[in-house]
Amino acid sequence: MQTAISRRRFNLALAGAAATTAAPAYLRAQSKALKVGVLLPRSGVQGFIGQSCQKGADLAPGVLKAMLGVDLELMNADTETNVDTARTRAERLIQEGAQVLVGPFDSGAASAIAQVAEQHGVPLMINIAAAPQITEQGYKFVFRNFPTAPELVRNGLALIGDLFRVTGTVPRTAVYMHVNDTFGQANTKAIAAILPKLDFLPFKIVETISYDPAAKDLTVEVGKAKATGADFLLLVSRLADAIILRREMVKQRWEPMGIISPGSPGMYENQFYQALGKYSEYCISNVPWYDPGAALTKTIEAAFKKQNPKEELMFHALNVGYTFEALLVVADAYKRAGTGEANALTDAIRTTDIRDRMMLGGPIKFDPKGQVQGNASACVQNLNLRPTVVLPAASAQAKPVFPTPGARKG
Amino acid sequence: MDALTVVDLVLAGVLTGLLYGLMALGLSVIFGVVRVVNFAHGEMMTIAMYATVVLSGWLGLDPFLAVLPVAAVFFALGYLLQRGLINPFITRPEHAQFMLLVALAIILVNVLLMIFGPDARHVQLDYLLEPLEVGPLLLDRGKVAAAAVAAVTAAALFAFFRFTLTGKAIRACADNHLGAQVIGLDVKRLYALTFGLGSACVAVAGCMMILLVDVTPTLGPGYTLLAFVIVIVGGLGSMPGALLGGVLIGVSEALAGLFIAPSAKSMFSFGLLIIVLLLRPQGLLGKSA
Repeated sequence: MQTAISRRRFNLALAGAAATTAAPAYLRAQSKALKVGVLLPRSGVQGFIGQSCQKGADLAPGVLKAMLGVDLELMNADTETNVDTARTRAERLIQEGAQVLVGPFDSGAASAIAQVAEQHGVPLMINIAAAPQITEQGYKFVFRNFPTAPELVRNGLALIGDLFRVTGTVPRTAVYMHVNDTFGQANTKAIAAILPKLDFLPFKIVETISYDPAAKDLTVEVGKAKATGADFLLLVSRLADAIILRREMVKQRWEPMGIISPGSPGMYENQFYQALGKYSEYCISNVPWYDPGAALTKTIEAAFKKQNPKEELMFHALNVGYTFEALLVVADAYKRAGTGEANALTDAIRTTDIRDRMMLGGPIKFDPKGQVQGNASACVQNLNLRPTVVLPAASAQAKPVFPTPGARKG
Repeated sequence: MDALTVVDLVLAGVLTGLLYGLMALGLSVIFGVVRVVNFAHGEMMTIAMYATVVLSGWLGLDPFLAVLPVAAVFFALGYLLQRGLINPFITRPEHAQFMLLVALAIILVNVLLMIFGPDARHVQLDYLLEPLEVGPLLLDRGKVAAAAVAAVTAAALFAFFRFTLTGKAIRACADNHLGAQVIGLDVKRLYALTFGLGSACVAVAGCMMILLVDVTPTLGPGYTLLAFVIVIVGGLGSMPGALLGGVLIGVSEALAGLFIAPSAKSMFSFGLLIIVLLLRPQGLLGKSA
C-alpha cells in the first residue's frame, strides 16, 4: 500500500493551515466593531419620541469613538410601538449577529425584549422604560439606566411639594388622568402607594381617569375630569395623547391651576410645542433631565447640532441623553472587557462606574438587579415655548409659574 | 356628575356619530349597489385626510373649501378604480374580492408611509378651538361644523338617489341586476358611478375627520373596522341605517366612557354589534334576506 502524500495534497494542506492561522486575525479585524441592536418605536403612536431617541443613537458611534476609541456598529430596528413587533425584531437582530441590544423606550416592549435577551443570553441595556418589574425578574442580562416608576413618582411628587412651597399655593384636589398601558399602570400603582405617605402634599386625588393610549378623541375623558372641579390635573401621558388632551381642554374651556406630570413623556417634547403653540405654555413635567453644565452635555450638544442643524438639543435632551448613555455604558463595558462575547460583556456592564455623564443624578452604577439608583428629576415648565428648568432652585433657569394665568384660584 | 356635563358629552357623541355615519355611508352605498365590500374604505378616508393636510399646508386652503375639490377627485378615482380594477372581480368568488381589496389597503398604507412618514399630521384651525355656546352648553365647534357637512352630504346623496334619473337607475341595478340589464341600463357604468359616489362620500368624511383627529398612515384599518360595525348595526345596504348606526356608536361610546370606563369605550361598540347580530341580524334598518 502506498502511503506517500502527493505534492497536490501537500499543497492543499499547506493552504488550509495558512487559512486557519490567518482566520482568527481576519475574524478579529472583522468583529472589531461591537454590533449593537438598537430597538426604538420609530413609527406608531410613539413614533416622534422614538425618532428623538434615534438621534441619540445616531450620534453615539462618532462621539464614543473619540471618547473611548471604541467602534460601534448600530443595527437599527423599528418596534412600531407594538410589543409583538418589538419581540420579533429583537429576535431577528440577535439572529443577524447583534452582540448587545439597546432600547426600546417603552415599558411593554422592554418587558418583551428582556425575555428574548435573557433566553438568548444577550445583554440588553434599557435606555428608557419605567415599569419596575422589568428589573425585578431576576434577569442576568438586563440592565437599566432610568428610574423606575416608583422612583419617578417619588421624585416627581417631591418636586410638586417644592413647587407649591415656592409659589405659596395650596391646591386641595387633583384629578389624575393616565394612559392605560404598562407605563401608565405602573405609575398609577406607584402613586397609590407613595402619595398617602407624603404628608407634606396638601392635595388628594378626587378621581382617576384612564384612557386608551391609541385614542383619537378624549372628549369624554376631559369632560369627566372637568366635571370633578379639581384644582389641578395630575397627568401621566405619552406625546400624542398629551396633544389631544390639551387641545380638548382648550375646546371645553377647562382651565385648572395647572397640568403637572409626576414623570411622563409628552409635554416637553418638540412636537408638543409645534402642535399646540401658545396652548403648550405652563405645562409642567417632573422628569429626569439633563445637566446643561456638564462637560459631556457640551460634547453631545456639538455632535447633535452637527447632525441636526435645524433642531435644538433641549427639545430632545431626555431622549437623546438616556439613549446616548445606554450606548456609553455598552461602549465602556466593551472597552473594559476587550471582547464582545456575551458573558464577558455582561460582567463588564455589571461593574460599570461612570461618573462623567449628561443626565442629572449620581454615577451610572448597577445594583445587583441591574438597576441604576439615583437618577434625579427636575421640574421642567414650558415657558416661551421652551422646556425650562424651574426646580430645584440650584439648577433653575426661571421661576415657576403656578397657578397658570387664567386659571381659577385654588 | 351634573346633568349639563352628561348632555354636553352625549351631544358630542351624536355629532361625532354623524361623521362616522357619513364615513360608513360610502361603504353602504357601494355594497348596496355593487355588492362589493370595500376593505380599503378606511385607507381611502386616510388619503382624503392627507389630501386636506397638504392643501391646507401648501396652499393655505381651509378644509371646508377643500371638500369639493377633494370629493371630485375621489369621485373620479373611485370611478376609475371600479372600472379598471374591481369590475372583473364582481362575478368572482367573494374571497377573491376580499383579497383584492385587502391587498389594495396594504399598498395604500405603505405608499402613505413612504410619502408622509409615520409622524402624525393635523390641521389646526384656531377658530375651531373656541367652543360654540348654546345656552349653558359648550359644543365643539369643529364637531358641529363637521356634523353639518356630513348631514348636508347625506341629504344630497339621498336626494340624488331619490329624485334624479341616474339615481333611480342605480337603485334599479341594486334591486334587480338582471332586470336592469334587460331594460338596457349600462350596468357597468352605473356601478362605476356608484363606486365614485361612495368614494366621494368617504372623501368628504376624511376632509372633516382631519379637523377632529390627527392622521397617520396606519389610521385606516381602525376606521375600516368601525365602518363595518356601523353598517352592520345600521343594516348593510341601508343609507339611513348607516347614519343611524354612526350616531348609535358615537352615543354608546360617550355613555360608556361617562358611566363605565373611558378606556373601555370601544368595547361597547362591539357589544352593540353582537346584540344587533343576535337580535336583528339584518341590522336595525336593513331588509331581511
